[in-house]
Amino acid sequence: MDDIDRHIINTLQTGFPICDAPYRQVAEALNISESELLARLKNLLADGTLTRFGPLYNAEQIGGALTLAAVKAPLERFDEIAGIINAFPEVAHNYARSHALNIWFVLATETPEQQQRTISAIEQQTGLTVYNMPKLKEYFVNLNLKA
Amino acid sequence: MADARDLDLLAQVSSGLPLCSRPYAQIGAKLGMDEAEVIDRLAALKAQGLIKRLGVVVKHRPLGYRANAMIVWNAPDDVIKHLGEHISRFSFVTLCYQRPKQPEWPYNLYCMIHGKDRATVLAQLEQLDDACGLAAFERQILFSRRCFKQRGAVYQTQKMAVSVDE
Repeated sequence: MDDIDRHIINTLQTGFPICDAPYRQVAEALNISESELLARLKNLLADGTLTRFGPLYNAEQIGGALTLAAVKAPLERFDEIAGIINAFPEVAHNYARSHALNIWFVLATETPEQQQRTISAIEQQTGLTVYNMPKLKEYFVNLNLKA
Repeated sequence: MADARDLDLLAQVSSGLPLCSRPYAQIGAKLGMDEAEVIDRLAALKAQGLIKRLGVVVKHRPLGYRANAMIVWNAPDDVIKHLGEHISRFSFVTLCYQRPKQPEWPYNLYCMIHGKDRATVLAQLEQLDDACGLAAFERQILFSRRCFKQRGAVYQTQKMAVSVDE
């Protein structure tokens, strides 16, 4: 990744134009050609620096349900519990964190009922209590990780 | 509200925009819409907030963001909104949410800071403490130790991959 790649990532994190020739518009702002921009984006996607190039939806508005949940996995069962949770397709993110509540995961389901069923299934398979912490309010931030 | 054609369009673009000169025309060709309709519908969906953001979705770790801290506070009900709005204005804060307290987990205000290393994140947290008056509240800092999974949600019925940023 070089400075031009960094510049592309930083620019495209703030948005992408909705117009006839959006890549050309972005390329002009970056002072490179459209074909160079397209080639670099292909490489950044291929090498995994970018996961996706497209829209971030508001899941609730399309009927989906999201929540953040956590369990206290006993250390001797940590890998087993992490494996059980990871295997659920409803788990979108899953992180080990430094706390007694040591496995934190995001459940993304199509309905609130499916969320409840998934939580029950995880509790049943792990024998642990799932702490369910759905968002009550989101404070808007400008997501922008400087490359 | 999104109609059936909007949902088809959302499903079509969910896996990513085509990398070509006229991406919206190419999307439209698959759905029997012309380029102008795709552009109008996407612009309307963005204005409604159904599309939160259009652009790149980055992976934190390849960019060198290895320290990822979730900080939680026990904030009094009467100031939580003010605190959340203040915290979310800092450029290094990547997410900020209010969530319900739990038994043995009295925290209701959550924020994420993605930083290159722990020292930087802790310095940024100190900056937040000072600016927002957070030192008075009970808090926990949970650094991530391992990432097991970071991907979008997959909705079978709508054939849609939804990027999740919680």
